Amino acid sequence: MGEFVATIHVRPKGEVRDPQGEAVAGALRALGFDVTDVRTGKEIVVRFAAADDEGARDAARTMGDQLLANPVIEDYAVELGAPTEAARG
Amino acid sequence: MKVAILLYPGTWSERDFAHAFGLLGIEHEIVWHADADLHGFDAAIVPGGFSYGDHLRAGAIAKLSPATRELRRAAADGMPILGSCNGFQILCEAGLLPGALVRNTHLEFRCDWVRMRVESEETPFTRGLGGELLRMPIAHGEGCWVADEDTLLRVESSGQVALRYVDERGTATPEANPNGSTANIAGLRNEAGNVLGLMPHPERCVEDLLGGTDGRRMLEGLGARTVIPA
Repeated sequence: MGEFVATIHVRPKGEVRDPQGEAVAGALRALGFDVTDVRTGKEIVVRFAAADDEGARDAARTMGDQLLANPVIEDYAVELGAPTEAARG
Repeated sequence: MKVAILLYPGTWSERDFAHAFGLLGIEHEIVWHADADLHGFDAAIVPGGFSYGDHLRAGAIAKLSPATRELRRAAADGMPILGSCNGFQILCEAGLLPGALVRNTHLEFRCDWVRMRVESEETPFTRGLGGELLRMPIAHGEGCWVADEDTLLRVESSGQVALRYVDERGTATPEANPNGSTANIAGLRNEAGNVLGLMPHPERCVEDLLGGTDGRRMLEGLGARTVIPA
């Protein structure tokens, strides 16, 4: 078993309105930037044990599907880091 | 008739429901989510609040609770289930109702009174109320119902839209919509009709002292008209 770090990026689907993004866009324009669009999301960093890269990637996807993202309104992407330790109990 | 009122960590409206059922003379019990066993109950309420602090998404963590597993089983058995506010959010997250509830389009938490028109009588909570205008309080920041185009068409064509925000004349206008919800949808039922979710709070308008009594009309349906399949 190794310890892995997965970063799950969750963002609203393209067709779902992102009022938080719209508010941030307005604020950035007030700062003088020529902003056309802002989309906001979440970054969730999970440290967990898995047998190997493939197992870790599968686990991270299952986390995304079952809890971290709501497929009705959100998409997510998994970024998997290298194992942080070679061997754990 | 005995009603289970589910209590998740962060639920805030369970006592209001208990008070309402007390006024209506309907037997009820507040049930802690981790111990939830709905055998022996005839109906279940998922009250409003902020289960698990609304962390991640409203209702996202509550959907993994033992109580929600029990709700799935009971819903499949035909038990009348009402989710209000955070309860509606939990029912959507759990897949018991379609779509999702997201941040109000104006980004404000809205605490106000709204009007709704009853669009479907096919629930134990709206039977006999078809076409009626109901006035109820809301208190939420994430009550904007959204879904993909296919889901929206399906809920509209199958009569699953149970309640719609309207003005005093019964017209669904943008001004009558407190949160930007798609097609002014305030409440949805499942296909079978035994599960109803709505953003407003029927338990907070059950006596004149509270400024209105329309919630009573929705909750008293449980006492008089519900038939539970064997």
